[in-house]
Amino acid sequence: MRVEMLTFLLAGAICLGGALGVVLLRNPVHNALSLVATLFGVAVLFIAQGAYFLAAIQVIVYAGAIVVLFLFVIMLLGVDRTASLEQDPIVGQRVTALVAGLAILGLSLTVLLAGGEQVTGQRSALAPLGDGMADVNRLGRVLFTDYVFAFEITAVLLTVAVIGAVVLSRRTPGLPIDLDEFPEGPAVVHQPLFEDPAGTGEGPEGSDPADGADDGDLAAGADERDGADDGDLGDGDESDGADDGDDADDADRAADADSEVVR
Amino acid sequence: MFQLTESWYLVLAAMIFAIGAVGLMIRRNPLVMFMCVELMLNAVNLTFVSFSRALDDVGGQAVVFFVLVVAAAEVVVGLGIIVAIMRRRPGATADDISLMRG
Repeated sequence: MRVEMLTFLLAGAICLGGALGVVLLRNPVHNALSLVATLFGVAVLFIAQGAYFLAAIQVIVYAGAIVVLFLFVIMLLGVDRTASLEQDPIVGQRVTALVAGLAILGLSLTVLLAGGEQVTGQRSALAPLGDGMADVNRLGRVLFTDYVFAFEITAVLLTVAVIGAVVLSRRTPGLPIDLDEFPEGPAVVHQPLFEDPAGTGEGPEGSDPADGADDGDLAAGADERDGADDGDLGDGDESDGADDGDDADDADRAADADSEVVR
Repeated sequence: MFQLTESWYLVLAAMIFAIGAVGLMIRRNPLVMFMCVELMLNAVNLTFVSFSRALDDVGGQAVVFFVLVVAAAEVVVGLGIIVAIMRRRPGATADDISLMRG
């Protein structure tokens, strides 16, 4: 009992110190490391209460994934500025927050200590802890029988969270929706990666000479075409005559075909 | 010497929860506010495990498992939102983020 008490006191002190560090330290990196201390303390308290599997996933998921994600975001955003806790954005915010925190503490202590075991006083008949089964076996059996629908919904939740994170962190092109809200404009100016294949967006230097060349060609072509038409007018009789001859030959061939069919 | 019962764990969990709530109210950096939410979730997890042992039912530990999953999903989406906001407005605090658009 003395060992359990000592464990509880040490882990509880680490938890409370880490929690105070999360709230009171000014550097976000220090906040994240204080959060790690609290998470490890809670994991020790889980072990002290027989929840070995939960202690393991507490360390793996929280300290190994979530806090690392926090640190990634801190490093990515470059939040190395320390926040000033002295100024109140709202008048009396800190005093109000302390009073509200004490009220929360008092109310939760009242509910937790007045309720609890005295609600029914009966031991669990469905999933008792003291049947000699290992912790992981008991939790797994409960998860896949009584809580199986919640487990399935958890899978859906994780999928939706992953998709949402990808959509949110994707860099959207263009300007923000309201420019008066962001007068300095977006931090990243979107530039097209590939050139326009039609060549329409190349600018005035590329388009004007092409238009002038087209105009000159059109005028010269019109003149040439007029001259050609004028010259061809005199030769119209010859071509007509040739066409007449061809037509006569075609008629003869058709007549031959008809006669062959008749024979 | 005092007897170590689950009431000690409940008192400790309530203290961690209150510290997290106060931090959520006085801090303005969105990242630190998220860390305070994680503190409160851990306090509730500790309460669940304490009641699980006190009431001799493994359902409390199962609920803690689901709370862990929900906390992970919440952190992923929340940090995505924070990164999207901080890209447009570097150094934004919770007071600057008062619109649910843009």
